[in-house]
Amino acid sequence: MIAAILLLPFCGGLAAFCIPSDRFRPLLLPVCGLAHLVLTFFVIQGGQTAPLPMAGNWIVVDSFSRLILLIVSLLFCGCSFYAVGYLRYRIVWGNRIFVSCLLIFLAAMSLAAVARHLGLLWVAVEATTVASAPLIYYNRNRLSIEATWKYLILCSVGIALAMLGILFVAYAALAGGAQVSLQFDDILRGAANYSTPWLRAGFVFLLVGFGTKAGFAPLHTWKPDAYGEAPGVVGALLAGGLTSVAFLALLRTLQIMEAAGDGAMAREAFLAMGLVSLGFAAVFVIRQPDFKRLLAYSSVEHMGILAIGVAIGGVATFGAMLHLLNNALTKGVLFLAAGNIHRRFASKRVGEVQGAITLVPVSASLFLLGFLAITGSPPFAPFISEFTILRGIFTGGHYLTGGLFLFFLAVIFIGMGSTVLSVVFGTPPERKGDTNYRETIMTTGTPLVLLLIILILGIYLPEPVWSLVAEAAALLEVKP
Amino acid sequence: MDNYNPANMLLLLVILFNFFLLGSSRLNACIRTVAIQGGILSLLPLFLHGFSGHSLILAGGAFLLKGIAIPFLLLRAIRQVHIRREMEPLLGYVPTLLLGTLATAGAFIFSDRLPLIEIHRGSLFIPVGLATLATGFLMLITRRKAITQALGYLIFENGVFIFGMLLAEAMPLMVEAGVLLDLLVAVFVMGIVMHQINREFSTMNTDQLSSLRE
Repeated sequence: MIAAILLLPFCGGLAAFCIPSDRFRPLLLPVCGLAHLVLTFFVIQGGQTAPLPMAGNWIVVDSFSRLILLIVSLLFCGCSFYAVGYLRYRIVWGNRIFVSCLLIFLAAMSLAAVARHLGLLWVAVEATTVASAPLIYYNRNRLSIEATWKYLILCSVGIALAMLGILFVAYAALAGGAQVSLQFDDILRGAANYSTPWLRAGFVFLLVGFGTKAGFAPLHTWKPDAYGEAPGVVGALLAGGLTSVAFLALLRTLQIMEAAGDGAMAREAFLAMGLVSLGFAAVFVIRQPDFKRLLAYSSVEHMGILAIGVAIGGVATFGAMLHLLNNALTKGVLFLAAGNIHRRFASKRVGEVQGAITLVPVSASLFLLGFLAITGSPPFAPFISEFTILRGIFTGGHYLTGGLFLFFLAVIFIGMGSTVLSVVFGTPPERKGDTNYRETIMTTGTPLVLLLIILILGIYLPEPVWSLVAEAAALLEVKP
Repeated sequence: MDNYNPANMLLLLVILFNFFLLGSSRLNACIRTVAIQGGILSLLPLFLHGFSGHSLILAGGAFLLKGIAIPFLLLRAIRQVHIRREMEPLLGYVPTLLLGTLATAGAFIFSDRLPLIEIHRGSLFIPVGLATLATGFLMLITRRKAITQALGYLIFENGVFIFGMLLAEAMPLMVEAGVLLDLLVAVFVMGIVMHQINREFSTMNTDQLSSLRE
């Protein structure tokens, strides 16, 4: 079952490369997306599945894997339908590389979710970088090539630092006289004997390396460029899927530190990164003239919220795990809707895009509702998760953190709000009504469904989802 | 410590190549030097762990990729875009060389203070690894051409590789292969992007890549 989850998108990617027709190739996306989602449900239902016989203990599904697989698969499945509509609109550009890379990207994210070996996790995360770089370059202009180059260099160097961190962790085992292995269960078992200085050095490098990929401030500089220049569907997958996978790698790092009895130091580092990310996002969101870059800073903000939730622990960890899901789905709504508005106006500057609600009513409403959801307004699901994190902060007695958290969230709400409102309302500029994009069910259906899901999750959290999130949170709370 | 000697010779060569890379403006020579450096590094597992199956395959794979395939991709990339020299680095060659010297000296002093296990004490692996990491970083920061930035990334990876030599038993062969494959594909994609940069901007200087800012 797990093998199928990894092989299906990989083979799909190879097959997409061989299909000659630009018109029919995109149809492979929803086929693979749906099949992947079905397989994911089986894996989640299956509970503790046996590890792959051939791969030893390198590929195992635990509670984190289930949560991340669900997020990635759900988001990808939605995006795959949207991509069919999008690629039909861009038919003259061809899509061989685009479709292949999307599917390989899905395979790499799935592999990262189930990897039980730090080396394998690294390989998978680096593969996501390589597979997503051509996606960012799809628009083929000067700006997108600049964004692609920055993304490629920054993330590759960041990931190289993470590799150094992994080697330091292995050296910590060597120096501590423990068994030298990067298999995750071996690490958790032996971590108590690891040499502390090397382990801490390793943690710092892992935090910086995977933190670059997740986009914590001040390592986030690739994010606004890449999200701004990539097509909306790629932005959705980066902001919802890739960052979740990178955050998973950070959660694994935290697990190791907890097992080594050094969790307090790790949590402090997470808290600091989280607050800095919130602060950066608050500064750059204000008067942001480009609504796709605005979403990138919102992504930085939510990575910060996740890090703070995990750092505080207790009920906030539950909130953070739930927020991982909510953030990914809401980012899907926002990026897909923003992509539609961008195409209709052929611009993403605030001055040139106004009155979207008259030209693309569905996308503009979705964009507005998505903004309300992501900033934590009830009744959407991010409200529940952000409120849970906040409750955890205050019951834990971290009043300063709580105060800063609320302050930054308020600033971001106002900053995002002014940009979003001026995009959605007002009168559309005359000459901008002339692109050939019109809303169809293919490009509005997916964000609508995603918005419905977060609305439902906000009103009523079904038992299976609740236990999935609770089990993931329990992994971090178990003290060795 | 006797069996370390050939490995130490190779590591000293790696440091010399680091200095050459920091001081040279000829891209062709730089790429070839990185190739030789990678080739030399790929021999290290043989000296360190003997001629076992694992180290033979690792050495062979690393040699093929670091010594041949990746340099070939980069050489092809600069042939396509007709450039030979790094014209204006952000920081001159002499200052970068000085910084490189300082970093190398610092690496040696610093690694004396690290809590290493007994058999690694006094070995050249850690200081040379650190110095190579620093060289890669310097190249990444001070150079403007996309290709020299890619070279900086490769040198950085070489530094990580040197450090990884000490821990070969932690890295199973499959994972090592995956790491090398990722590196190859990353350089392949970088090569394509370089080509596109050159086509769009008719230069490969990354300082042209500066329209995206706040």
